[in-house]
Amino acid sequence: MSAILELDRVTVAYRERRVLDEVTLSIAAGERVALIGPNGAGKSTLLAVATGLLRPDEGQIRLTGVPVEGLDRIDVARRLAVVPGAANLPFATRVEEVVALGRLPHEDPFRGARPADRAAIAAAIERVGVGHLLGRDARELSLGERQLVLIALAVAQAAPVLVLDEPTVHLDLRHQVGAMELLVDLNERDGTTIVAVLHDLALAAHFFPRLVLLDEGRIVADGSAEDVLTPDRIRDVFRVDPGFVRLPVRAG
Amino acid sequence: MTTRGGTLSTTRPRVGRLEGVRDRPLLLVAVGVVALLVALVLGVGVGSVAVDPADTIAILAHRILGLEIPRTWSEATETIVVELRLPRILTAMLVGCALGVAGATFQGLLRNPLADPYVLGTASGAALGAAIAVLIPVRFVILEFGLIQGLAFIGALASITMVYKLSRQSGLAPLTSLLLTGYAVGSLLAAGLAMAMYLSGAALRQIFTYLLGSFDGATWPRFLATLPIILIASVAIILRARSLNGLLLGEQAAAHLGIDVRRERRILLALASLVTAAAVAISGLIGFVGLVVPHVVRLLVGPSARLVLPLSAIGGAALLAYADIIARVAGGIPVGVVTAIIGAPFFLLILRRARTGYEV
Repeated sequence: MSAILELDRVTVAYRERRVLDEVTLSIAAGERVALIGPNGAGKSTLLAVATGLLRPDEGQIRLTGVPVEGLDRIDVARRLAVVPGAANLPFATRVEEVVALGRLPHEDPFRGARPADRAAIAAAIERVGVGHLLGRDARELSLGERQLVLIALAVAQAAPVLVLDEPTVHLDLRHQVGAMELLVDLNERDGTTIVAVLHDLALAAHFFPRLVLLDEGRIVADGSAEDVLTPDRIRDVFRVDPGFVRLPVRAG
Repeated sequence: MTTRGGTLSTTRPRVGRLEGVRDRPLLLVAVGVVALLVALVLGVGVGSVAVDPADTIAILAHRILGLEIPRTWSEATETIVVELRLPRILTAMLVGCALGVAGATFQGLLRNPLADPYVLGTASGAALGAAIAVLIPVRFVILEFGLIQGLAFIGALASITMVYKLSRQSGLAPLTSLLLTGYAVGSLLAAGLAMAMYLSGAALRQIFTYLLGSFDGATWPRFLATLPIILIASVAIILRARSLNGLLLGEQAAAHLGIDVRRERRILLALASLVTAAAVAISGLIGFVGLVVPHVVRLLVGPSARLVLPLSAIGGAALLAYADIIARVAGGIPVGVVTAIIGAPFFLLILRRARTGYEV
């Protein structure tokens, strides 16, 4: 399988502190990868450089084989969709209007949304299951509902790579599992490559075949949940008693 | 997950009669254009010398379209129509269009519903420029454009340039920095304006007239000098609607949606400032239009800049054209007073009608 997202000895430093320290990571097309690690481990910085928002001090990022610094923002947006963080909308904006923003990288700059765009918006709304929210002002939704709408936006963007930073943070248990199942479905049925930062180790272990553990700017483990989440690592990296973390064992 | 729940028709909130308009933006465009044409005829007809609407249309058809029409009007009427009233009503529309587009742009760019075209110091800069022009003892005219207009234009652009440059030196987030710097620079320039007014003596009334905003000074050269600036910059803004739409969810989300945020912010800021500067140069400081028209449009058609920008242009043009007609009928009160008197209650009415949670 070809690598769709590659980081090659990427270093980011703020003053003296190395937030990312020679991180090398290769994600193949069609993979489902969870980035885990304690606060300040460098997960969000890794996402920022991987999506081209932050230029690393050293190293290179390749997206679909192309160095990301050589890509326009719009070229990045067609290859990689990022679920936006919870946003304050300045104006009343309907759910369908929020989802439609996902088509901005594709729509004709002069003529706006065309039938193909409208079809993608409708499909994303159907896929994520936010049809019952149509017509409502996105600012009035619960945080959980809003999160689903923002996922629908990124699905409408129809990029081969989908990136999420803490997608389950505002969701209750049922919606957490629902969101995870949606990611699995997008990954398995559409072949979308999923890269998600997750704090919930149980969700990561259950729904992601590959876990990348970061600590102090370095990748300390990379592999299946069984390989990555050993009691020693939970003690050393997360600094908690491994007894607190009950990890589900994936059948088969 | 599967789709739950019902269909559009059952779950949409009730928002009164406004709802039907939302899916038919072209209807609004048509209504706006008709309103503008009526305003054109009315605006030419109303005044100390009333001109018959039929004559108005005939004169316009004769002079603009070059049609051969048997003369039923006097030479004096034609002069009044062509040299005084026509440039005046067209200037009102042009300025309204400019303020509508600039207001929508600043609100979208700054992600702030309280922003208006004057928010980043253009108003104070223009006012100070105009005041200085009044105080300069030598009367000379730049290409019939006028010293007040020229210095107001320069003042507006100089102040926003200063705000932009200074804001970039701050460690704050770009938008916060722009707004706070705009406020600070605006206050400083306002102090300069107060000083100029205090020292102006007999010229105070002239400065005050400029501050209130008026189309008394509308002439063809002034109209024609600002027309290309406002039209070209407005079209350029409308062609960048995509960028403003991306900014709805914030600057980071916009970047992920393919927008080069820094570049777009710079370009849109420059274009909107140019539009504002040209408008304030020929009309003075007319408030309310740039703040309220984009909000009314958003309530009607939603937040997409692709619709909000052109409809704000039309809406602003119509609002100012009618405001100027009313101002003239009411005996020449300042047009800015009229925009507030008719605009504010209208806005409140619209806010009441829109029963979805609309917060400013």
